[in-house]
This record gives sequence, structure tokens and C-alpha cells, in this order.
Amino acid sequence: MNYRDEFRDRKIVQGLAQRIATLAQGKGPFTFMEVCGTHTMAIYQYGLRQLMPPEVRLISGPGCPVCVTHNGYLDRALALCRLPDVIITTFGDMLRVPGSTSSLMHERARGGDIRIVYSPLDAVQVAVQNPGKKVVFLGVGFETTAPTIAGSILTAAKLGLKNYFVLASHKTMPTPMALLSADPELSLSGYICPAHVSAIIGAHAYQPLVDQFRIPCVVTGFEPTDVMQGIEMLVRQAVAGDARVEIQYSRVVSWEGNPKAQQVLAEVFTPCDADWRGIGTLPGSGLKIADRYAAFDAERALAVEVEPLKEHQGCLCGEILKGKVNPSDCPLFGKACTPENPVGACMVSSEGSCAAAHKYQ
Amino acid sequence: MCVGVPMMVVEIDGDNAVAEVDGVKREASLMLLSDEVAVGDYVIVHAGFAISKLDKEEALETLALMREAFSPELMG
Ligand code: SF4
Repeated sequence: MNYRDEFRDRKIVQGLAQRIATLAQGKGPFTFMEVCGTHTMAIYQYGLRQLMPPEVRLISGPGCPVCVTHNGYLDRALALCRLPDVIITTFGDMLRVPGSTSSLMHERARGGDIRIVYSPLDAVQVAVQNPGKKVVFLGVGFETTAPTIAGSILTAAKLGLKNYFVLASHKTMPTPMALLSADPELSLSGYICPAHVSAIIGAHAYQPLVDQFRIPCVVTGFEPTDVMQGIEMLVRQAVAGDARVEIQYSRVVSWEGNPKAQQVLAEVFTPCDADWRGIGTLPGSGLKIADRYAAFDAERALAVEVEPLKEHQGCLCGEILKGKVNPSDCPLFGKACTPENPVGACMVSSEGSCAAAHKYQ
Repeated sequence: MCVGVPMMVVEIDGDNAVAEVDGVKREASLMLLSDEVAVGDYVIVHAGFAISKLDKEEALETLALMREAFSPELMG
């Protein structure tokens, strides 16, 4: 057993599809939103939308961390990358994201030193190996990734490194969910809550949503059978007029989450307001580096001039991230905007709705 | 971003472990993990860190529940 293949069993997926159809028949309509890029990918990859009965609609929300990252952040990263003594380290999916006038990929072609790493700890190693350079890690992601970046800062502090910096733009998930729950245009019937974000923050984090908006929340795993079972649990609640937090992904997620990771997060980061592409500024929805680690904060420690912000004309990423339109509704989709030549961030990251739709449709 | 996958712990050295899935081995830092882990346990590895331990009994229970959703006659 590798705890993965069994959860991809086609027969179980079909059985659950039938159950969902029976439960929902003549009820609804129900609209469920997933707010995690990995769920977006799984739903497209396994064609789960096509298995839904007419009463159940699945939509994607702001779950792709790269996609919700504001242009201004990328512009700052690009400006840093043009400094002669800076090495940029990043996860791979940031490379092609268009900033106002350039991308990391372009800067690399122009000689910028940009290195893709698998773990933020690899970025710390780059700093160890290049004492004459300033190494900047692009810290983008939700509550799953933020603790790993906090861990890299603690490691760098322990090593006494003076040349490791993080350009942080972390966001926290429950805040935009509250905003979208109250949106009458969406009239959501429930949330497929993120799997690994919840492993860190715990399923209790969704209780305020249930209390305030009476919206069913099911913490769901990433395999196709997980997603189908999570939807089944949501349909059950919706049909019964219930609103509770439930954990489908109980093999990994607990009610309390991971206290050690929470502690590392609280040590290194403090909450701040954050800009979400397409959604706007949400109070308390971001994480910035705490003052005691300011020496590791690229924004404070490395002065640089950032070019004026320019948004991409015609890109509907903002509406897509709110679940209001589908990728195919965008006139640029598959024409002016493709994964090779992306106009918006939603087409770049493999977790972006446009990229997933382009790959699997 | 970096999809967390369940991997089996094959080596532990202090705060560092090596975990394996499909024959691929990866280093996984244990500095974010609250639970004790031993060789043979499964953990979710995300961006080089083990972020959660996988509960084998819960996994089997979830599978059993899911399997109730189809009967062999029904699916042919
Ligand atoms: S298809 Fe391209 S331009 Fe259109 S919304 Fe998606 S990313 Fe933006």
C-alpha cells in the first residue's frame, strides 16, 4: 500500500458519482467551490466535473497561490533580479508569470541568476555556497508553504547567514472564503476545503465560516476518490439543510492541525493586510516577516526601485479567481493566451484554472 | 506549487529524514512535525518538509467507507 493508488480507483469514483446523483436528484441546484489549486488540477485531470449530475456545479476559487499574487510583487522580484549581486531562488511555477513588463524567464535570458529549487532549504544552501552574493527566495504560498519558508529563515538564522532573504507574499485562506460566502452572485452551497492547508491550520479554522454564513465545509483530500467523497458529504449536508465542518481527509487532517508548524509560523511571521489579484486588499489575510527577523526580509533589507504597475488588458484572471467566469469564457483563452505564451498568471501555474482547463479540455 | 505527497520514511537522522515514494528518495526536514515518526511511517512531504503524519488506520477506514459506495453487481 502506498496510500495513493487505492484512492485513484475508478470503480470507487463511479460508485460515488452514482451516490451523488441519487442524493441530489430533484434537489438543489448546488454550487460547491474548491479553493485549492491541487483540487482544481485533480478535478480537471480526472474529469470529475463531467461526473456531476445536473443539480451539482463545481467552481474554482482563489486557490492558486501564484495566480492571486499581485503584479507589484513580481515587479519587485524582477527589480531585485536585475541587481548584480543577487541570486533569485524560487519554486518553478513563478518563472513564466508575467509582471508588468517582464518575467523571470526573460530576465534569465538576459543573464539574471535565477535558480529553481525544490525546497526553501535548498535556497539556504545556495546562500551558504555563495557568500559573496545575496540570495533571495520568492516566498509565495498559503499556510502549507509559509511554515516551510519560516523554517528556512530559522535555519538561516541558526547558521548565522547574513546573505539569505525572503521576499514574502504569503496569504491565509479562510479570509477570502468568508468574502465569497457572502457573495449573492455566487450563492455557494458549500466549500471543498483545502487538504494540506488544513493539515497545518486544522479543520476548526473553518468553524467561523459555518457559524457566520451557515455554509457546509468539508476538508477533502486530493485524490479523485477523496474529492468525490468530499462532494458526497457536501451534498448530504446541503440536502439536509445542515452546515457543519467535516473532515473527509481524516488520514492526514485533524481538528487542531499541526501545532509545531503553527508555532514556527507565529515565530517568524505576523498577520498583515494582503492584496489578492482580482479580489482586492483583504485585512489580515497575509503574513509578513516579523520585526525580529527583519534582517531576512528582502523588502526591508534590500532597497530597489520598482517599475510602475501595469495590468494586463483583457485578462479575466480576477473574475476567474472569484469563480464568476470559466477559463473558456475569456476571449483570449487558447488564442492570445496559451501556456507557452501566457497573458495572465492563471495560465502559468499548473494549478491555475486556465492552465488546467487548457491542458485537460 | 509543490504538491504534497505521502512518502514512506526510510531514514531518520535527528531533524532530517529521507522519505521515498515510487522508488524516488527525497530529503524531508522534520522541524515542522509535531508527531513522533519512525522508519516505516508515512508522512506528507511538501517543499522538502514533512508537514503531517499519515494515519494508516484512518486511511483504511476511509477506503472501506468509499468501497461501500459501489457493489460489484452494480458496476459489472
Ligand atoms: S485565458 Fe489567459 S488572459 Fe484569459 S483569464 Fe486566463 S490567464 Fe487571463
